[in-house]
Amino acid sequence: MPTPTEPGTSRPRAMASLPAMRQPAHRPAPAATVNAGGARLDIANLSAYYGARKAVQDVNLVVEPKQVTAMIGPSGCGKSTVLRCVNGMHQTIPGARAEGAIDLDGVNVLSDQVDPVRLRRRIGMVFQRPNPFPTMSIYDNVAAGLRLGHRGRRTPDLDAIVERALRQANLWHEVRDRLKAPGAGLSGGQQQRLCIARALAVQPEVLLMDEPCSALDPISTLAIEDLIFTLREQYTIVIVTHNMQQAARVSDVTAFLTVPAVGEPGRLVEVGPTSRLFSSPTQKATEDYITGKVG
Amino acid sequence: MTTDTLTPAPAPEVSAPVRHLQRRKGTNLAMTIVLSLAAALTVGVLLWVLGYVAAEGLKYLGPEFLTNTPPGNPADLGGGFLNGIIGSLEVVGIATALSVPPGIAAAVFIVEYGGRIASTVSFLTDVLVGLPTIVTGAFVYAVWVIRFGFSGIAGAIALALVMLPLVIRAAAEMLRLVPHELREASLALGVTRARTIVSVVLPTARSGIITGVMLAVARAMGETAPLLLTALGNDLFIEADPTHRMSTLSLQIFGNAITGFKAAQARAWAGALTLIAIVLLFTIAARLIGRTSRVGGR
Ligand SMILES: Nc1ncnc2c1ncn2[C@@H]1O[C@H](COP(=O)(O)OP(=O)(O)O)[C@@H](O)[C@H]1O
Ligand SMILES: [Mg+2]
Repeated sequence: MPTPTEPGTSRPRAMASLPAMRQPAHRPAPAATVNAGGARLDIANLSAYYGARKAVQDVNLVVEPKQVTAMIGPSGCGKSTVLRCVNGMHQTIPGARAEGAIDLDGVNVLSDQVDPVRLRRRIGMVFQRPNPFPTMSIYDNVAAGLRLGHRGRRTPDLDAIVERALRQANLWHEVRDRLKAPGAGLSGGQQQRLCIARALAVQPEVLLMDEPCSALDPISTLAIEDLIFTLREQYTIVIVTHNMQQAARVSDVTAFLTVPAVGEPGRLVEVGPTSRLFSSPTQKATEDYITGKVG
Repeated sequence: MTTDTLTPAPAPEVSAPVRHLQRRKGTNLAMTIVLSLAAALTVGVLLWVLGYVAAEGLKYLGPEFLTNTPPGNPADLGGGFLNGIIGSLEVVGIATALSVPPGIAAAVFIVEYGGRIASTVSFLTDVLVGLPTIVTGAFVYAVWVIRFGFSGIAGAIALALVMLPLVIRAAAEMLRLVPHELREASLALGVTRARTIVSVVLPTARSGIITGVMLAVARAMGETAPLLLTALGNDLFIEADPTHRMSTLSLQIFGNAITGFKAAQARAWAGALTLIAIVLLFTIAARLIGRTSRVGGR
């Protein structure tokens, strides 16, 4: 039972009666956001460790804004590790550390001077398994980043932000009349879009997605891929996938990582425009992987 | 390699699995019977205890018992444990207030922050769970009662020490059940670690923690030994001031049961049933609170 006294939960109902005078369906509300098309990431000589064990070595990768960059490669090659270095999630694991540089607008996010909490407000993340907060409603899930974050509960226009995030995540029409229902009651695909909306509500510049479809059925996967296509207009997107067809469908640039030999750290083998990488890879390892000889 | 390896195994090997199968079925049946009997025995004993207390307690439990103090002479009929009921609620209430906040904080420290100090705390908690409560009572007697005298407060401190490790252990267990993915999701949104714990982890573990706290409360309700050395008891009149010596239900049950008088033993049974009823009510209330706190009541 939702508690009726909880602040904010009574508002969605009022909001739900408005949309008739809003804009037509399916169009994401125009983003009056500060980020004009995302930010550029420049990963240079990145090496990441778990304790004494080196998981990835010397990764160099430039991620351009308004593009989707895909990272592919066999399981365990360090795709997640690289991704988690970018928003400082790698460093939350005890004993884990990273070397090298990841430049975001002239700042090295790996430096000690960077506040990881602030960094993560600029770089959103979507995980492999949908992970909505089970104690929160759909509305509260989307609002969580703003309510629990620096800006506290005084965020004006929370309703509008929640609605916009849900529209951007193509979920608004499915949940507009049950915003107070628990987020965990949605289907897997809807939950993952809810998690995307939750990340977008904080208005990040970069969106990191770690195999966002690997726990979903084909239809839900399609919905997320469509969504990625529209989001690339406004965000810098990095998606990890071990599904090569998916990389080919959604990305502009693809980076291929692999483990050269058992026990060695993962390395970036090749990066290039997606169509080029899949049609004429320059490296033997890439060719073997995309033609299905390994992995 | 050809398909040769897929040809059926020769006949003698087929009969072996059949024998195995029969033996497995036999074992299965035997185990099912043994386990059912064990389960029936356990439930049976529990029901016997509850039924016995209910039967004995109901002989006297009534309005008179719930609204009076014991008679001056324990051999007399009549009277009740009102002062004990008030004392139990008060002493256990104070003990809960003293033990639950630090208990949950310690659990958060153990589970969320980890490290060597945390595992030491965790180990000490396990040791404290096994500490005989009479020892706890003696300790509080030595460091508190000798200076400040017998009081409800002293009793509450002793019960809080009994409850603390139980609360820590139950809360830590529940916090460990909260999926790691939820913490990551919150951190990745740019939420601080502290706020993640307060607003995501604890609410998710909330109903489990409440259940654990209720078990500790139930345990404290029945504790007698540490109270003998701290709250002492007071059968003469209703005492609501916790700075004075106080009676509790458990103390009165003990005091009345050990007299040889039929009337006193009747009061003790009624007190025992009252104790069970109070614990049951609290448990039900906690379940309801735990349930309504969750969005949608899943
Ligand atoms: N939390 C961790 N602790 C220790 N080693 C880890 C941890 N996470 C990942 N690794 C190791 O780092 C390597 C890269 O893992 P990961 O980045 O998850 O690969 P991918 O996402 O490409 O499957 C693997 O060898 C894995 O065993
Ligand atoms: Mg991974």
